[in-house]
Amino acid sequence: MDPVLLSRIQFGLTAGFHFIFPPLTLGLSLVILILEIIYYTSDSELYKKISTFMVKIMGLVFVMGVATGIVLEFSFGTNWSNYSRMVGDIFGAPLAAEGIFAFFMESVFLGILIFGRNRVSKRFYLLSVFLVFFASHLSGLWIIIANSWMQTPAGYTIEGGRAVLTNFYEAALNGSTIVRFLHTIIGGWITGTLFTAGVSSWYLLKERDTEAARPLLSLALWIFTATAIIQFVSGHSHSVQVAKTQPEKMAAFEALWQSRAGAPMSVIGIPDTAAKKTRFEIAVPKLLSIAIYFDPNATVQGLNEFQPDELPSVFISYLTYHGMIGLGSFFALLALIALILRFRNRLFDSRWYLWILVLATPLPFISNELGWMSAEIGRQPWAVYRVLKTIDAASVVVPAGQILFTIIMFSVIYLLLFAVFIKILVSIVKKGPDNVTLGYIGE
Amino acid sequence: MDTLQVLQIIWFFLIGILLAGYSVLDGFDLGIGILLPFMAKDKNDTVALFTAIGPVWDGNEVWLLTAGGALFAAFPHAYATVFSGFYLALMLVLFALIFRAVSLEFWSLDEPRRSFWKWAFAIGSLLPSLLFGVALGNVVEGIPLSDSMEFTGSFFTLLRPFPIAVGLTGLSAILVHGCTYAALKTEGPLHDRARLMGKRLWILFLIMLIISAIMSGLYLPGSLKSPLGWIGAAVVIISLVIGRVWMGRTNDKVPFLMTSLSFIGLWGIAGSYQFPHLVKAAGGSGLHLSIYNSSSSELTLTVMLTIAAIGMPMVLVYTVYAYRIFKGKVNL
Ligand code: HDD
Ligand code: HEM
Ligand code: HEM
Repeated sequence: MDPVLLSRIQFGLTAGFHFIFPPLTLGLSLVILILEIIYYTSDSELYKKISTFMVKIMGLVFVMGVATGIVLEFSFGTNWSNYSRMVGDIFGAPLAAEGIFAFFMESVFLGILIFGRNRVSKRFYLLSVFLVFFASHLSGLWIIIANSWMQTPAGYTIEGGRAVLTNFYEAALNGSTIVRFLHTIIGGWITGTLFTAGVSSWYLLKERDTEAARPLLSLALWIFTATAIIQFVSGHSHSVQVAKTQPEKMAAFEALWQSRAGAPMSVIGIPDTAAKKTRFEIAVPKLLSIAIYFDPNATVQGLNEFQPDELPSVFISYLTYHGMIGLGSFFALLALIALILRFRNRLFDSRWYLWILVLATPLPFISNELGWMSAEIGRQPWAVYRVLKTIDAASVVVPAGQILFTIIMFSVIYLLLFAVFIKILVSIVKKGPDNVTLGYIGE
Repeated sequence: MDTLQVLQIIWFFLIGILLAGYSVLDGFDLGIGILLPFMAKDKNDTVALFTAIGPVWDGNEVWLLTAGGALFAAFPHAYATVFSGFYLALMLVLFALIFRAVSLEFWSLDEPRRSFWKWAFAIGSLLPSLLFGVALGNVVEGIPLSDSMEFTGSFFTLLRPFPIAVGLTGLSAILVHGCTYAALKTEGPLHDRARLMGKRLWILFLIMLIISAIMSGLYLPGSLKSPLGWIGAAVVIISLVIGRVWMGRTNDKVPFLMTSLSFIGLWGIAGSYQFPHLVKAAGGSGLHLSIYNSSSSELTLTVMLTIAAIGMPMVLVYTVYAYRIFKGKVNL
């Protein structure tokens, strides 16, 4: 088999598995920060109990994030060594900065959250909670700087076949960093708050731990409601950015086969690349032109304007992108229902809605994955957009057999860990907030 | 000397410091991990040892991640050559680190499989402790490189006598270090066991040092003539002797400080021999990767230096502070 294809599969697999956990860490750290602020100001033992429970869960999630993140940190050298040689001058710095500024802080203060509640003052504990929140978001920022540079490279020049840094700020704050960061972080908040809402809904449905579950559900749903709606705005700005900086990607997202004025926005359909047609399509006329250029008659570039060998798979790009937006619309709907129920004071006893929340808990994870897949697969065949092709980025000395072997190993290990993770998570939730001890004491 | 060269030299040292920091800090939790099945006689012992390292092990491991990131940023060619060249060995290390990271937490929460997670932690600690030294031995002795800086050997090229000796030396240093930290953090029979193990493993460490020194004479031309190398060796020997003497007394701090110091001596020996090379090429081919032919641009090295100058002092301050919060014997 082709070693480049295998390396792509391996990276997709390991990054995709890693990214199950960071969004949850981001969202939970926000929930815990708010719970701790309430505890600090009100001295309510109830909030302390709830927060301890959430810290227990975050500790478990965090460990999975750490275990799977280490792999990625080194995979640029192991599987993408040519990439590392060509763009290391720019790409390495954010990775190192992430370690120096964020990972140290995250891990040291998480240690205090888990083991130090009785060893530090209330105020210092709150500070530690804030620093875990801050550092995990900062870590997201640095890695997204690195990723965004691959999408919209800036602040560099090519010298002797290598990309060389000319301006650090331009490289870091390239055309897509900020909107990608906001979009990803909000995705994380949606994930963490819907997770929290799902857990508390389950308690309410089982009529247990309701004293803790009610305030937790209410808090989580407030943030969820806000973020699910804001995500539309941030997603919209992200789409505008993609259309302007990577027009062929947007054409693939929308399966816009021909350039046209007054381009429609595709809602659903099945792109058929061979026939250059979208089958069973439902589209809103002129909406794409309006969304991107705020002008119903503006021209949007279609796939026909680009070299066929410089286009991503339209089929996958279209489906992942529309899958994400579909889920995003569903979250917005859930958010509106939450508002209505709250208005009517029915939030805690609408069992059908609580069930939906429980069942919807996994969905944000899926939209995060779909979002990354559309961003990363839509960037193909480029590893660094219009600078370095993916086929030229891989390691040349690693035999395909070894990559295949490691893919199998990662799959087996990750499946095992995921099964145990789920089992432990369920058991922590079943034990409930009344029976949590932080640290390794066990029962 | 122009600015670029100065920066290249500075980054050689800074990466050395990150690696030394990694071995001093993560060294003890790796050591405790390997010895856990032998040191802990019951559940309480295991909890005590896990709690001794629980708040800090991840922060310690970040030293490795940061060293990796800094190598990538400062010397991308060395990062690319070593990591793709040592592919399988590195993947083994990664599998080990994955298991190691989850097994503390899983041990305490997945009761039916406790013994599995205990051994996962032990083996997950053993493999990196051994293989990092093997990797170091290889880049010091020299590996086959092409003129496009690519590794041309195979997995078995890496398993030569000298690198294995370095690997075992590193491993034994880590084992002694784990014992001195365990003794520092525990009480009662567990403490006495840790100390006794430390004394025994100390002998192993000494033997491995002598073997490595002899092998350096055989495999590394000129290595015994470097004065800086001898200073490093003196630091290692003195710290080990002092550490051993204090292992027989009531103070647990001195042995731990001394095993920490011995790592710094070891890195001093390696660094002084290696400078200015990062990866030596085998067989006198002259295709070495040095800090001069594999570094990033002047601007990148400057930006990185700024980042390190702002970030690392902060890291040191709160790391020391966190260790102080958890100082003293573990009480459950
Ligand atoms: C937007 C967020 C985000 C994204 C896109 C990524 N990560 Fe991540 N990563 C985090 C957010 C995060 C985090 C929130 O900071 C984690 C996750 C859970 C955790 O425990 O910390 C983390 C942990 C984590 C760790 C362990 C740190 C430690 O030991 O404390 C490493 C080495 C990486 N990541 C590296 C990567 C690399 C190389 C990525 C890209 C290919 C990557 N992460 C994507
Ligand atoms: C509601 C409408 C949404 C729109 C219009 C939208 C739009 C986009 C766009 C344009 C991209 C960028 C692809 C690229 O860079 O090439 C993207 C990526 C992404 N989306 Fe969405 N999105 C929406 C909802 C969501 C939701 C609800 C989530 C998660 C809960 C989410 C998570 C992500 C993630 C994780 C990425 C990858 C990182 C990135 O490039 O930002 N999105 N989205
Ligand atoms: C954590 C969320 C992420 C997910 C789920 C993800 C997913 C993927 C997928 C599916 C691919 C394979 C694309 C293909 O070959 O068709 C890929 C490739 C790649 N991604 Fe990401 N990615 C993530 C984040 C990142 C970040 C943050 C970076 C950089 C800092 C990055 C760098 C790369 C590189 C270097 C490749 C390989 C070269 C390439 O295929 O272009 N990824 N990723």
